[in-house]
Amino acid sequence: MEQSSAYEGQPLHEPKGWWGRYVFSQDHKVIGLQYTCIALAIGLTGMFLSLLMRMQLGFPGLFESIDAGSYYQDVTMHGMIMVIYLLTALFLGGFGNYLIPLMLGSRDMAFPFVNMLSFWFYLLSVLILVASFFVESGPTGAGWTLYPPQSILEGTPGADGAGIILMLASLAVFIIAFTMGGLNYITTVLQSRTRGMTLMRMPLIIWCIFLATFLGLLAFPALLVGAIMLIFDRVLETSFFMPEIFKGGEVLDYGGGSPVLFQHLFWFFGHPEVYIIALPAFGIISELISCHARKNIFGYNMMVWALIAIAGIAFIVWAHHMYVAGMNPYLGFFFATTTLIIAIPTAIKVYNWVITLWNANIRMTVPMLYCLAFLITFLIGGLTGLFLGNVAVDVPLSDTYFVVGHFHMVMAVSPVLALYGGLYHWYPSVTGRMLDDRLGKIHFWITFIGTYLVYFPMHYIGFLGVPRRYYSNDQYDFIPQSVNDLNQFITICALIVGAAQFILLYNFVVSIYKGKKAGSNPWGACTLEWQALESPPGHGNWDVQLPVVHRWPYDYGLPGATADFVPQNVADEDIT
Amino acid sequence: MAFVIVTTIIVIGTVLWNFITPWWFTPLASNWGALDQTIIISLWVTGVAFVLVSGFILYCVVKFRYKEGHKSEYEPENTKLEVILTAITTVGVIILLAPGLIAWNDYVNLPEDAMEVEGVGQQWVWTYRFPGEDGVYGNTNGRLFSSKNTFGLDPNDPNSQDDILIRSNHLHLPIDEPVVFQLRSKDVLHDFYIPQFRAKMDLVPGQQTNLWFTPTVLGTYEVACAEYCGTGHFAMRGIITVDTMNDFQSWLTEQPTFFDTMNEGTKGQGKQIAQTLGCVACHSDNGKNGIGPTWKNSFGSQRMMTSGETVIVDAEYIKESIVNPNEKTAQGYAPVMPAYKMSDDELDAIVEYIETLSE
Repeated sequence: MEQSSAYEGQPLHEPKGWWGRYVFSQDHKVIGLQYTCIALAIGLTGMFLSLLMRMQLGFPGLFESIDAGSYYQDVTMHGMIMVIYLLTALFLGGFGNYLIPLMLGSRDMAFPFVNMLSFWFYLLSVLILVASFFVESGPTGAGWTLYPPQSILEGTPGADGAGIILMLASLAVFIIAFTMGGLNYITTVLQSRTRGMTLMRMPLIIWCIFLATFLGLLAFPALLVGAIMLIFDRVLETSFFMPEIFKGGEVLDYGGGSPVLFQHLFWFFGHPEVYIIALPAFGIISELISCHARKNIFGYNMMVWALIAIAGIAFIVWAHHMYVAGMNPYLGFFFATTTLIIAIPTAIKVYNWVITLWNANIRMTVPMLYCLAFLITFLIGGLTGLFLGNVAVDVPLSDTYFVVGHFHMVMAVSPVLALYGGLYHWYPSVTGRMLDDRLGKIHFWITFIGTYLVYFPMHYIGFLGVPRRYYSNDQYDFIPQSVNDLNQFITICALIVGAAQFILLYNFVVSIYKGKKAGSNPWGACTLEWQALESPPGHGNWDVQLPVVHRWPYDYGLPGATADFVPQNVADEDIT
Repeated sequence: MAFVIVTTIIVIGTVLWNFITPWWFTPLASNWGALDQTIIISLWVTGVAFVLVSGFILYCVVKFRYKEGHKSEYEPENTKLEVILTAITTVGVIILLAPGLIAWNDYVNLPEDAMEVEGVGQQWVWTYRFPGEDGVYGNTNGRLFSSKNTFGLDPNDPNSQDDILIRSNHLHLPIDEPVVFQLRSKDVLHDFYIPQFRAKMDLVPGQQTNLWFTPTVLGTYEVACAEYCGTGHFAMRGIITVDTMNDFQSWLTEQPTFFDTMNEGTKGQGKQIAQTLGCVACHSDNGKNGIGPTWKNSFGSQRMMTSGETVIVDAEYIKESIVNPNEKTAQGYAPVMPAYKMSDDELDAIVEYIETLSE
């Protein structure tokens, strides 16, 4: 805080020319947008791959080009793209970059140049990933978990070519990008808050991004070493993860390694990764629900401590992905207990959101619709997590469609709904214009109902025992024809949902020019990003004077004030 | 209002669906009914939570809709309420966790004196081994695998000679007899899963995993691989027949021992070799094309390659396709077949077998 006053009044380094302003920009807002655009572009690719996959499941044989190999490539690349290159990048690189300095009243990130590098490394990782589609034998089809030995052995698509190597290399570059961005977010949150912005006055979304970044900085290194060791096993024929293997009529030159070791490394990253995605979504919901319900968030302190608890426990639950993976079975007792314990702070978050609605003054705006839809799908996804986390229940359900239904509800549909809510909410801050409300509602309804119809029934074919990652169910007598009919129905729903996403894109592009002018604070929000001098905020964000914070960010409906909200930078004596 | 109507339908539909769904558990055929019960308990507890929370949301949305000029109530904290809610949740979690941990304790503690079977996975077939008369498995070693010694047994170990080898996808088990599976894999991860038995466990190359259950209903069941294991994963199907003890014993005595298999020639063994090497996962003998073309009526036929050339499926082409499969790939198929190393005798045996499949 002392620091920010030392910098106050110093000249800003304005970007030079068009290239400096829009391409090699060091402005956090532009970098946030760059992250958002690239992430949405690669996310569209991921969605397209999922539709190819659905075509095979719903209408097998319709497209001859989808053979078993390319099906598994689609599955793999869809998963990896969505989890890492879309959601992680968009929540932290996009929302994190844009919101942290604005919401904390700082001029920019602590290290603007490193911030710019972070984006360019991210772009590089995406390009390496995309390149794997064009190499001989194509991208890896090892499943997004990339489990060895199969991920680097013949018999898995992309294992004999460069596909798997490019995948691992791309992950390594992504992690470098994330580390540069992440150190920046942490430093900015700890060092660059404006006067009066104590930690316990930070908007919850900043807490969420801050903690998610912490998780990422501690979790991604496990994936990094796993990826590097796996490249070694593939290229240099080391045997970190490779035991004696007999394949294709001969004993391979491997021996002594452990495939389960890779799974531990992967999930030591992979479980916190779930929260790296979920926490920013929680943050967005906390902001949106309070602002659009015109009501103070309920239990701020409890929310912060629940977040910290979730972030801490997130590191000791990873092996619930491995109950039947061949680790010591007695570990199941420990991990089932920790996993169900993490449900308690998560439930507290949900309670506090819904209690926020009590005695509120709820505006059914598009962001609010997304919030409410998030609550429903997150509720379903979270509750089904209690099945899978509870070790004995996991035995019949693991690796069935119940898992597919569960994780899509909890870490695909829910975060994406939060993400869309966030995009509708902050679009006016970025462009100065509103998104079209009618198109927004059409997009909302198709997405919400459509995804529910896609994923809800999957839980039940999971009860039946239909395994996931099956190119075709024809071989099995215990899978009735009705499952194929259901698959057809799901595919049709998925195609409609997929098509509906272009409504959002259209809305995005057209509203830049034709959207209603937003004014400086269209939602009547308390947080600082809406209190900037210009709308949209210019380079440096603030006037010569940085804003001074006098209160927490949720003073909606404050008794004694005429307006139904009091922004954070309004002093008590200035309340009218 | 649209939101309230649609979401009410969704919530009611979600709950009702559990009573009318056409997709439910397969009929239980093992001792693991406790797993089903734990799922049912979970459905009730989570169902109640789902209805309460979503009902509360819907009530709020109806009751506290936006009114111009209205202000919401200001209530940042209510410690008592938060403590109560946390306590209720904790109780719910304990109700779920306790039966789960008890069931898991039974699942991982293997019964003494149970029958033992070894299950061996490879891309994309299942094979099995019984310890034989002496009741002791012979030693195995990953370095001893060959297309002849497909279980990697130590030929010098006296315990290995009488081990009974099931070199096909079809296993028999006696009813009402607890059975412990020792699982291992030759190549990649697999998962031994029989939906009706509820049991599931990964096979990991380089180590052993265990699984036990007691079959309780006579019949035939399918083994499905439940851990992604490469292109043929979805075709890695096995069969388990649950017999009476008598039928099981008479089936078992017909199966060859390790000693028998090491002393049989390759002549006429093409079908056996194709089964133990996993060829049959992709190449059917019934005319149905899978990941690879069927072998039925393939011998002597003409086939278009992805390169555009046409080849005649003869002995030379078949052998080349085994040893160097991706040199020429048949049109309509992905170049995913792994290369196989075999002796000339074995190659001849397979060619001979494929020839017999042509009319």
